[in-house]
Amino acid sequence: MTEAFRDRIDIALTVNGEAVEARVPAGRHLVDFLRLDLGLTGAHAGCEHGVCGACTIQVDGQAVRGCLMLAAQADGADVWTLEGLTEQGVIRDLQEAFVARNALQCGYCTPGMLASIKELLDMGGVPDRAAIREHLSGNYCRCTGYEAIIDAVETVAQARAGKGAA
Amino acid sequence: MKALAGGYARAKDVAHALDLLAEADGMGRVLAGGQSLIAAMNMRLSTGDMLVDISRIAALRGVTVDGDQLRIGALTRHADIGLDPLVAQHAPLLVQAVHHIAHAAIRNRGTIGGSLAHADPAAEFPACVLALGGTMHLQGPDGERRVAADDFFVDIFETAIIPGEILTAITLPLREPGERHLLVETARRSGDYALAGLCLVRRAAGHRLSAFSVGPRPVLAAAAMARLDAGDTAGAVQALKDEIDPPSDTQASAAYRRHLAGVLLTRALQDLTGETA
Repeated sequence: MTEAFRDRIDIALTVNGEAVEARVPAGRHLVDFLRLDLGLTGAHAGCEHGVCGACTIQVDGQAVRGCLMLAAQADGADVWTLEGLTEQGVIRDLQEAFVARNALQCGYCTPGMLASIKELLDMGGVPDRAAIREHLSGNYCRCTGYEAIIDAVETVAQARAGKGAA
Repeated sequence: MKALAGGYARAKDVAHALDLLAEADGMGRVLAGGQSLIAAMNMRLSTGDMLVDISRIAALRGVTVDGDQLRIGALTRHADIGLDPLVAQHAPLLVQAVHHIAHAAIRNRGTIGGSLAHADPAAEFPACVLALGGTMHLQGPDGERRVAADDFFVDIFETAIIPGEILTAITLPLREPGERHLLVETARRSGDYALAGLCLVRRAAGHRLSAFSVGPRPVLAAAAMARLDAGDTAGAVQALKDEIDPPSDTQASAAYRRHLAGVLLTRALQDLTGETA
């Protein structure tokens, strides 16, 4: 190996608001760094080629696939996982709607679903069911048949819009 | 699976990236948004790459109008292209394409330069720049060279980029008044690769039609374009079906893809003539 290329890379980033420094292997996925090195097991490693959406996390304010980003690329990034989002309470209404509407069964897809939905809801407005479906087209759920998930998202979008107007 | 990388280096600027590629001695691989490359690494289709991460080179990102050309930096992300007012004004075909590319979380990271350099024959952006008659700007150790989209796509996952070069920007002619763009495709599920798709551009000078997911690279349908210019719709549909040679795979048979291409062109032409704008 030449000197310019490293097989271990030093990174400094914030995860769930806390500063983290680490040395990661070049091929380490960001989701594996979070799960295996930091013990944040909220985001799940599912298909590991960007299809299922279970590893979806928030990087610099945007929903991103944790299996299609290397930890080495996250140097300087602001990363949020389900643990941090839960602690901050920013998706509490969404989580409560998921429980109330039975929008999960085994729960494997749920953290990725929530990260994707957070991005949609953060855009504001009340997306119609087709728009919700389209936004969640990259998040697979093998249990629910999706209807309850769409219901939960629609309920929260309407409730947030009502609150904003009041 | 887990990705196997040989090494990683973050490029500060284009000159640094070119140095790194030279130093990697044939094992260098340009990493931009990573939405195709890292997936390929995860499936072990690519192992031991010396990754040259260009994603932090700010100069390669963004959209500008440069004389009579729209210039799109190679690192401009799909989501940004979908929201860019200059792209909407001058190359609305690309905005239509964005809605068909994968899913929101992937569009947040994937870049147009990455998509073009990767040259997946089922991808939308390669067919778009072909239909628009775009130009690829490549930087190499010996300076910049430009390659017309017509000459850029060589074979499946293969382009005119030679080892040691980096795709830095794409330029497209500005849309003329009255010029129409239409992208149509059929996929089994939202965000899947298309079974077949078409990009249709209608200019005062004539039509440009490209097809994707119907062969090893996007196809400029020259015979169909000539029939469209002559006002022969039925002839254009037949010509398109004759000049593509689609593959059969687990998604669709060759015969079905050929049929689909004809149906899509018929629908696209109905859309173009049915609108008053």
